[in-house]
Amino acid sequence: MVRATVATSPEQEAADRFRSLAERELARLYALARRLVGDDAEDVVQETLLRAYRSFSRLDDESAGGTWLTTILVNCCRDHWRKQGRRVEEVELDEADDFSLFRKIADEDPFPYSDSVHVDFLQQFGTEDVRAVLASLPELYRVPLVLVHMAGYHVKEVAYMLDVPLGTMLARLHRGRKAFERELWSYAERNGLLKEGART
Amino acid sequence: MITCAEAVRQLWDYLDGVVEESQRELVEEHLAFCRRCCGELEFADELRAFLATHAADEVPADVRARLTTTLQEIERR
Repeated sequence: MVRATVATSPEQEAADRFRSLAERELARLYALARRLVGDDAEDVVQETLLRAYRSFSRLDDESAGGTWLTTILVNCCRDHWRKQGRRVEEVELDEADDFSLFRKIADEDPFPYSDSVHVDFLQQFGTEDVRAVLASLPELYRVPLVLVHMAGYHVKEVAYMLDVPLGTMLARLHRGRKAFERELWSYAERNGLLKEGART
Repeated sequence: MITCAEAVRQLWDYLDGVVEESQRELVEEHLAFCRRCCGELEFADELRAFLATHAADEVPADVRARLTTTLQEIERR
């Protein structure tokens, strides 16, 4: 029996490789977008896929496809914020800079019968709570925080991705962590999480 | 010798391995005698793990279906 082989065009091969990459990365991109733009995640991922497909031929190293897609996603998020008229800029966080959640929990001692008050505090938060806390941070600080501590990129990679000097990135990350600590406490206060057994 | 405030400011970077060698030594020197900052360090590590554990999301079936359709449509263009 003679089998007919169907030759695939280079364009079709590229399209197949793109589809394979996109499907592999879809869940990760969506999770990242949920933390960066909340309920608009689907729109942002859709835009990311469109832009990425258009420029796929310019991706030299397909093994770096995940980071490449993340960079496009972050740019789509920034455009999304711009469209909403939100300016991505430095904000005053001087008070947050010196805030220590560790000390705050120790001083306030919200769970006096606990032997591990700090761990118990964190265990009050579910994934939706964490997302709400992240959403309250300025984008400038939320983006590095999410990329480094949730998506697992190295600080240097994120500095390159966002095209800012490493020192600037480290400063934003520091402020982002401190603002996150402060917001965790405020959120817990507002939502009644500082009571023994609040979530049990 | 560095103060507690200076040490605390660098603890996350210390855990991330992005402090310079000279600063790393100063942080470690401080941690060797300051119990409170050791607590801060442990908590910073807990917070890092906390963020990482809340990083994933299931893509809802309807969202996945729509995004898959998007992929099919952009290939046809």
